Amino acid sequence: MAEGAKEPVGVGTTDPEEDSPNMIVYRKIEDIVTRIQDENAGGVSIRTVKSFLSKIPSVVSGADIVQWLMKNLSVEDPAEAIHLGSLVAAHGYIFPISDHVLMLKDDGTLYRFQSPYFWPSNCWEPENTDYAIYLCKRTMQNKARLELADYEAENLARLQRAFARKWEFIFMQAEAQVKIDRKKDKAERKILDSQERAFWDVHRPVPGCVNTTEMDIRKCRRERNPHRVKKSVYGVPDDGQSQPSPVHISSQPTKKTTKEDVQKEINFLNSQLDRHCMKVSKVADSLMSYTEQFMEYDPFVSATEPSNPWISDDMSFWDLEASRDPSQQRVKKWGFSLEEALKDPAGRDQFLKFLESEFSSENLRFWLAVQDLKRRPLQDVSSRAQEIWQEFLAEGAPSPINLDSHSYERTSQNIKDPGRYSYEDAQEHIFKLMKSDSYARFLRSNIYQDLLLARKKGKSLTGKRLTGLMQSS
Amino acid sequence: MKMACKGLQTGETLSSLKRESESLRKKLEEERRKLADVELNQAAEKVEVVGALSIKTRRLLKGHGNKVLCMDWCKDKRRLVSSSQDGKVIVWDAFTLNKEHGVSLPCTWMMACAYSPSGCAVACGGLDNKCSVIPLSLDRNENLAAKKKSVAMHTNYLSGCTFTGSDMQILTSSGDGSCALWDVESGQLLQSFHGHTADVLSLDLAPSETGNTFVSGGSDRRSNVWDMRSGQNIQSFESHESDINCVKYYPSGDAFASASDDSTCRFYDLRADREVAVYQKDSIIFGASTVDFSLSGRLLFAGYNDYTINVWDVLKGTRVTCLFGHENRVSRVRVSPDGTALCSASWDNTLRIWA
Repeated sequence: MAEGAKEPVGVGTTDPEEDSPNMIVYRKIEDIVTRIQDENAGGVSIRTVKSFLSKIPSVVSGADIVQWLMKNLSVEDPAEAIHLGSLVAAHGYIFPISDHVLMLKDDGTLYRFQSPYFWPSNCWEPENTDYAIYLCKRTMQNKARLELADYEAENLARLQRAFARKWEFIFMQAEAQVKIDRKKDKAERKILDSQERAFWDVHRPVPGCVNTTEMDIRKCRRERNPHRVKKSVYGVPDDGQSQPSPVHISSQPTKKTTKEDVQKEINFLNSQLDRHCMKVSKVADSLMSYTEQFMEYDPFVSATEPSNPWISDDMSFWDLEASRDPSQQRVKKWGFSLEEALKDPAGRDQFLKFLESEFSSENLRFWLAVQDLKRRPLQDVSSRAQEIWQEFLAEGAPSPINLDSHSYERTSQNIKDPGRYSYEDAQEHIFKLMKSDSYARFLRSNIYQDLLLARKKGKSLTGKRLTGLMQSS
Repeated sequence: MKMACKGLQTGETLSSLKRESESLRKKLEEERRKLADVELNQAAEKVEVVGALSIKTRRLLKGHGNKVLCMDWCKDKRRLVSSSQDGKVIVWDAFTLNKEHGVSLPCTWMMACAYSPSGCAVACGGLDNKCSVIPLSLDRNENLAAKKKSVAMHTNYLSGCTFTGSDMQILTSSGDGSCALWDVESGQLLQSFHGHTADVLSLDLAPSETGNTFVSGGSDRRSNVWDMRSGQNIQSFESHESDINCVKYYPSGDAFASASDDSTCRFYDLRADREVAVYQKDSIIFGASTVDFSLSGRLLFAGYNDYTINVWDVLKGTRVTCLFGHENRVSRVRVSPDGTALCSASWDNTLRIWA
C-alpha cells in the first residue's frame, strides 16, 4: 500500500471532466455502494465473521447484496440484480474475499467493499513496474492467503524477464512495501491486502475475464487522463522510460462562440417559432394507429405464417415473399398508403400495370425516373435530367405529365443547371396527384381486389371439378 | 427575424445577442409546452399490452478476434457485414453461419460499416478518418483489400456511414463534428452538414421513399434533423444529459429514438417537435449505446454497456424484457429488413441473432 499518496488526485488537472461518460457511471455506482454501506439508512450489515480460529472482518454476504439491490433499485428478477451486482464487482467496487474473479453470487459467499482510494474514478493507470512490485511483495510474505494464483505466477515470471535489468530496484521497492505493511494491525492488514488484490484484479484481470478498464476510443480524449499517463500506486517516481499509451487525440481546436454563431442560433430559433406543430395527443394517436396497423406484420409481436426461418430453420417464409404471388396479407399493406404500395416492388409493379391499363402510367414512370435520378453517380446526373425533361416535360414529349404552371416554371428554371434535385417540386406535385386520384382507383380496381381477395383468374372452381370428373370417367 | 438583423447592424455585443437567443429559446419552450397536453404513455393506456415475448439467441456468429463495433444487414434479410477493433470486416450469411468474405484493413477501430443496397459492396471506416467502399467479389480468392476505394475524407474518426438508396452515394458522420454526403464514383463531396459542436456519433436516413432528410446525434447531447438538399439543420432536440451514441427513425419516419451515455433512451416526435417518451430504470445505470425499432415500431431494442439488451414498449414506456447473453458491451443492434430477427454486435467478439 502506498504510504504517501493517499489523496486521489488527477494527473495534472484540478478540474476533472465530471460529465465524461465513464465518470457518469462511476458516480452512479459510487452512490449505490455508499448507500449499501450505510447501515443507518437501510444498508446491509457489514460484520466480522468467525472462521475456524480466525476472524474475517468487514464482510457481507452476496445474498444480502442481492436483496438490497432488489429492494432499493426496484429490481423484480434476482438474475438482474446478480448481473448488476457482478458489474459493480467487475468495475472494482465490491469483491469476493476468496476469489480473483469479480462477480456476485446470490449465496453465502463473502464480499468486501473497496476502499475509495482504489476507486476507478480516480483514474488509475497502474504501471507494470507497480504490478511487478505487488506480485514480488506477495511472494515475500509467508501467508497462505497471499499465495500467487497460477496466472499471477506466470505474470510474475514474464515481468521478471521484461524488467531483468531493474529487478533489483523492484525487489527493493517490494521489501519497502512489506515493511510498511507490517506496521499495520492484523485486522487492518487483512482488509487492506484484500482491497489491494481486488484493485489488481480490475487492472490485471484473470485471463478470460472482462477488462472493465478498456475504453471506447471515441470518448478517450475527454477523460480526465486522456493520455492515460501512468500514475504509480506505490509512489515510484516515473523513470521517464514509460511512454503514454497511444490514444487518438483530436486535432480539433476548441471553438469559441462568435457573434455569427449566436446569430445563426437566433435565426434557427426564429424559424422554429414559425413552425406549426401538432399537439402531443394528436401525434400519440397517429403513432398508436400506425403501430396498430403494422403489428400483424411484426414478427416479434405476431407469429409469422409460415414460421420464422430463424426459429424453425425452414425458409418457406422467405420463399413465399420472393415468389411472384404476393400473399393477401402483403397485398393488404399496399392499401395502407401510396408509400407502402410503392415501397414493395410487387406493389409498384401492380400499380404500374393498373395505370397502363388506363393509359396513364406516365405519372408513375416520371416519379420512378426522378427517384432513380437522385441515386445516380454525379457524372450521369446532368444527362439523365435532360432525358427526363425530354421524355416527360418538353414540348411534344412522348409521355407528357400534367404539372401546374407554378411547378412547371420552377422546374424549367432548375433544368437550366440540372442537378439531382431539379425535379423535387414536380415529383412532389405528381405524388400528390397520384395519391388523390389514380391510387384510390387502383385500390378499387379488379387488379388489386383480385389479389386482395385471392380470387383466382381463369378456371372457376366448378369448371375444375367438371374437368376432373370427365377425366376420371 | 427583423430584430435580429437590426442587431448585427447596430453592432450589438456578443452578450446582448446571447440574451436574445436565450429569450427566444425560453419562448420556444413555452410554445412547445402548450402542445404537451398529454404524455404518450398516458394516451397509450388504452392500448393492449404486448404479450410475453420469448426471444432467444438463434445464431452465434464467432469469427472476429476482437471487439465487434458495428454491423449492418443486407437487403436479402440474411446476410450481414460486421467490423471490429482489429480492422477486420466480415460478410456473413447469418442463416448458415457461413463467412463469405473477410477483409483485413490496415486501420484499427473500424467503427462503421454498411451494406450497399445492391448487395454488391460494403462500406467501412473508423480511425483512418475515411469511409472506403469495397466491392464484394464472387471470387473467394480475390484480395478484397486491394480493391478498396476511399470515398469520404474527414478530419477525425468516422463514426457512422450509410448508403442513401443506391450504391452511388454515401452519407457519413464523423468525430470532426460534421456529416457529409459523397458521390461514390468520383469521391466528390456533394453536401456537408455543420451544426454539431462536438463529435457526431451516429446518423440515420429517414425511411421515407420521398423524403430527403436524416437525423444525427453526438457528444454535444443534441440530435439534429437535416435537409439533404440544402445542408440545413431543420430541427434540433436537446434533452439528453450526456453523449448521444445512436439515433434511429421510427418506421413511419415521423419520429426517432436515441440512446445515450446518461443510461436513457428517448423518443422524439418531429411533428410535435419535442421529446415524447423516456425509457429508463433505476437498475439501468450503464450507458445505452445503440437502438433499433421492430417492424411495427411497437418495440424498441436497446443495447447497453452493461452487456444487456433491453426491449421497451415504445408506446407504454415500460420494459417488456431483457436479453442476456453477451459477455461484454453491446455496441450495435439492428433489426433485419423484414423484421424477423435482431442482430447484436458486442465487445465480446461475437454477434448474436435473436428471434
